Amino acid sequence: MIDSNYNFAFLDERTKKRIRRALLKAVAVPGYQVPFGSREMPFAYGWGTGGVQITASIIGRADVLKVIDQGADDTTNAVNIRRFFALTTGVKTTEKTAEATLIQTRHRIPELPLTASQILIYQVPLPEPLTKLEPSRQETIKMHALSEYGLMHVRLYEDIAQLGAITRAYDYPVMVNERYLMSPSPIPKFDNPKMHMNPALQLFGAGREKRLYAIPPYTPVRSLDFEDHPFEIQRWDHACALCGSVDSYLDEMIVDDEGSRLFVCSDSDYCEERRDAGHVGGQQAVHLHDALATPVINSTTTLQEAA
Amino acid sequence: MKSQVLLSARQVGKSFVHQGQPRWACRGVSFDLYPGEVLAVVGESGSGKSTLLRLLAARHACDEGSVHYDVQTESGNEPTGMVNLAGMSEARLRWLARTDWGFVEQHARDGLRMNVSGGANIGERLMALGARHYENLRGEAIAWMQRVELDTGRIDDLPATYSGGMQQRLQIARNLVTHPRLVFMDEPTTGLDVSVQARLLDLLRELVDELQLAAVVVTHDLAVARLLAQRMLVMKDGCVVEQGLTDRLLDDPQHPYTQLLVSSVLTP
Amino acid sequence: MYVAVKGGAAAIESSWRLLEDQRRGDTAMAALTVAQIQEQLSLAVDRVMSEGSLYDPELAALAIKQSSGDLVEAIFLLRAYRTTLPRLGYALPLDTARIALLRRISATFKEVPGGQMLGPTYDYTQRLLDFTLLVEGEHRDASAPSSNPSNKLSEAGIAVHRGPLPTVPRINDLLAREGLLETPQPEMVAPPGDLTRDPLMFPADRALRLQALARGDEGWLLAMGYSTQRGYANSHPFAGEIRRGFVSVALVPDELGFEIDIGDLEITECQMINQFSGSREVPPQFTQGYGLAFGGSERKTMAMALVDRSLRADELGETRTAPAQDAEFVLSHADNVEASGFVQHLKLPHYVDFQAELELVRKLRTSHAMAKKENT
Repeated sequence: MIDSNYNFAFLDERTKKRIRRALLKAVAVPGYQVPFGSREMPFAYGWGTGGVQITASIIGRADVLKVIDQGADDTTNAVNIRRFFALTTGVKTTEKTAEATLIQTRHRIPELPLTASQILIYQVPLPEPLTKLEPSRQETIKMHALSEYGLMHVRLYEDIAQLGAITRAYDYPVMVNERYLMSPSPIPKFDNPKMHMNPALQLFGAGREKRLYAIPPYTPVRSLDFEDHPFEIQRWDHACALCGSVDSYLDEMIVDDEGSRLFVCSDSDYCEERRDAGHVGGQQAVHLHDALATPVINSTTTLQEAA
Repeated sequence: MKSQVLLSARQVGKSFVHQGQPRWACRGVSFDLYPGEVLAVVGESGSGKSTLLRLLAARHACDEGSVHYDVQTESGNEPTGMVNLAGMSEARLRWLARTDWGFVEQHARDGLRMNVSGGANIGERLMALGARHYENLRGEAIAWMQRVELDTGRIDDLPATYSGGMQQRLQIARNLVTHPRLVFMDEPTTGLDVSVQARLLDLLRELVDELQLAAVVVTHDLAVARLLAQRMLVMKDGCVVEQGLTDRLLDDPQHPYTQLLVSSVLTP
Repeated sequence: MYVAVKGGAAAIESSWRLLEDQRRGDTAMAALTVAQIQEQLSLAVDRVMSEGSLYDPELAALAIKQSSGDLVEAIFLLRAYRTTLPRLGYALPLDTARIALLRRISATFKEVPGGQMLGPTYDYTQRLLDFTLLVEGEHRDASAPSSNPSNKLSEAGIAVHRGPLPTVPRINDLLAREGLLETPQPEMVAPPGDLTRDPLMFPADRALRLQALARGDEGWLLAMGYSTQRGYANSHPFAGEIRRGFVSVALVPDELGFEIDIGDLEITECQMINQFSGSREVPPQFTQGYGLAFGGSERKTMAMALVDRSLRADELGETRTAPAQDAEFVLSHADNVEASGFVQHLKLPHYVDFQAELELVRKLRTSHAMAKKENT
């Protein structure tokens, strides 16, 4: 049921054209932040207006849309956004990654590898990777133009010097096409490798900050590191309690007053597909201990996998 | 036998407006600086010496005259040889400031990143040039800290925990790590204890000698000029009143103002 | 056994119902009408229109009703609605010298042509809660003259001209004629940028800065303006003129090729006169700051004028010493729709990133523990 009071996908055609033009610019210069005239949307700034404007500008009647937040389709904000598009476009929506042509996401990249006929649209809160080191946009524009990224490397050096490791766990800075330093949005660093040479087009929208950027298909994307402190993704000692996966990003849930934990796939579709295929998880809650309180103890895990 | 000129100033001047009237902070300054040579710019506060330094380092634009520098490294279509700084792109100037030049500020806090460790401060220029091996960077930082006589155990400490003299040494190391050919120094020892000053001056003299650095050193202290510089400019009210070999100027000053300066130095 | 919790959609629907109950309140009481809000909460309506960047008192009143009086939420509603409206054209600049005045004061001269006119203002009331207002029904102070008939214009919802608007010369113009006040001209190489179409980039020229200030949060601008009075870049302001009244909006439609009057707007305009400055080329003159808002938003226009002036520091050759002189700082944080959105977005789930942090912290603590073990 489409709301006929509004144009297809809410925005007027001229606005969509302007956004698409900005997107073309972004695709032509991978990783470069293109300013655009972001419009007020029926969502608050900070709640995905950039992603929504990109999706609204490129969505067509034949598209199939998936919207996820924290990897899941059922989180409230994802539900809200999916409803918005259903209402303003009538386009088919899905929870299955494999079926989608457009995927709008907040904070995760789907576990299932994407294809050349898919577009991934990221919601970005703070597009400027240097923002915490240099708040002035005027100055960071200059730094990007002159490839002056020493400040970022100084920060990473400092992390290692003070804490023994680079302490960026998410929104981990990357070099795109070996030219522009880019913020991948607050995806966990676990997902960074997925951006590299991805067959899908990746678009990034920051509505409040009024910038968008892109990684065209098959573009090299490298997470910053030092030769002797190479980039590493997160790892768990546990498997998904529902499907037994040891390769996916896991959500940690506190399940009782003693603080027992269960770990479950963050990507709800991925988990469901695995379960449909017959994989079963151990359903075992675990207790985690303070590493510094007592001699190092391994947490208990039970891995059960039915064929 | 003189090699090619490194830095050349021709009638440089900068003006500003004071109470509706134009005033010249400095005017008509000319000199040539050769590789390995140290030039002291001496005067009281208000003489225009700090403004001159900033003009030479292209931090301000000249209102009159020009500054030329002998650029050695090729870079795209940019020219090499004696290049007018006013015509240089901002990218090139910023690159120059990070590699072939150093600038030691009077207050170390202006020349250091106070929120990162000593090691990070020293390694920054190298990282900006693409160095990506953590242990190597650390090794360079340690070597330079030894060179400037800093306790290498303080490598991970923030500069705010260093004493004033140590902060200056850190600043010097941070600037020298890319082996610049020219270093600008703005009152590098002023504000430090007398004994700390003396040791720092000794260090500077050794480094200048060893690394064949050219330098322009602004100071109000004639002793600093005598110790570090072969040549000297004396400035008063924005103009150069006398210039020449340091020894000659200090032993046989011609201009009344120079004579005044020399005679007012307390003799032990 | 753990089962993934579903039900986000149902939760949202429940929250809508609860919100509607909250908005309506006790059904035994009469519902608030939009017309009542428009008429009796007119200053709230004025603020919502100014920051919502849309002059439509009825819609602003509707937004206030819908948001249960949360003005920032109401402003958001109006802005979102504005996005859907087609752009028909640009009006000619408002001529605020031709104005049906409700109020007009100047602090710089005792007597001014056209007179000082207090109009409806809280300025000289005693701030004592009037408990008679708690009583239902009409309350009228016999000593106060009846409210200005022009207010009836907003009631009717249509603008009605009552003959040509009188011309009331601005004090600023009189000072400028004597050469005492600067008359800065914009560099009109191109038409002024449109903040509603293009992102604000820095350095921003005065036209764009004024647009950002006009829709900027009153509280933020008030604080920034206040700071300039307390020594954070003091510019010694005087209230040259504050005027409030109805001005006419004119447009030259392509189809006609001549100017037509499309209605009246109620505006408040403030011109601040600030300390003199001079340079090599220009002898000393007073400098100005400007504020403009819809309706009777006086506090907003005064704060806006103070901040407009402080943001002209670079243009006037003043050293920047204070936050109120930093355009990027002031204007990047002036839009309450943006600010509210981003501050409140922290309520959204962030557990994936938090999980990443947990993993990191645990790993580092384990390294610490192992190192400790090795050293003992």
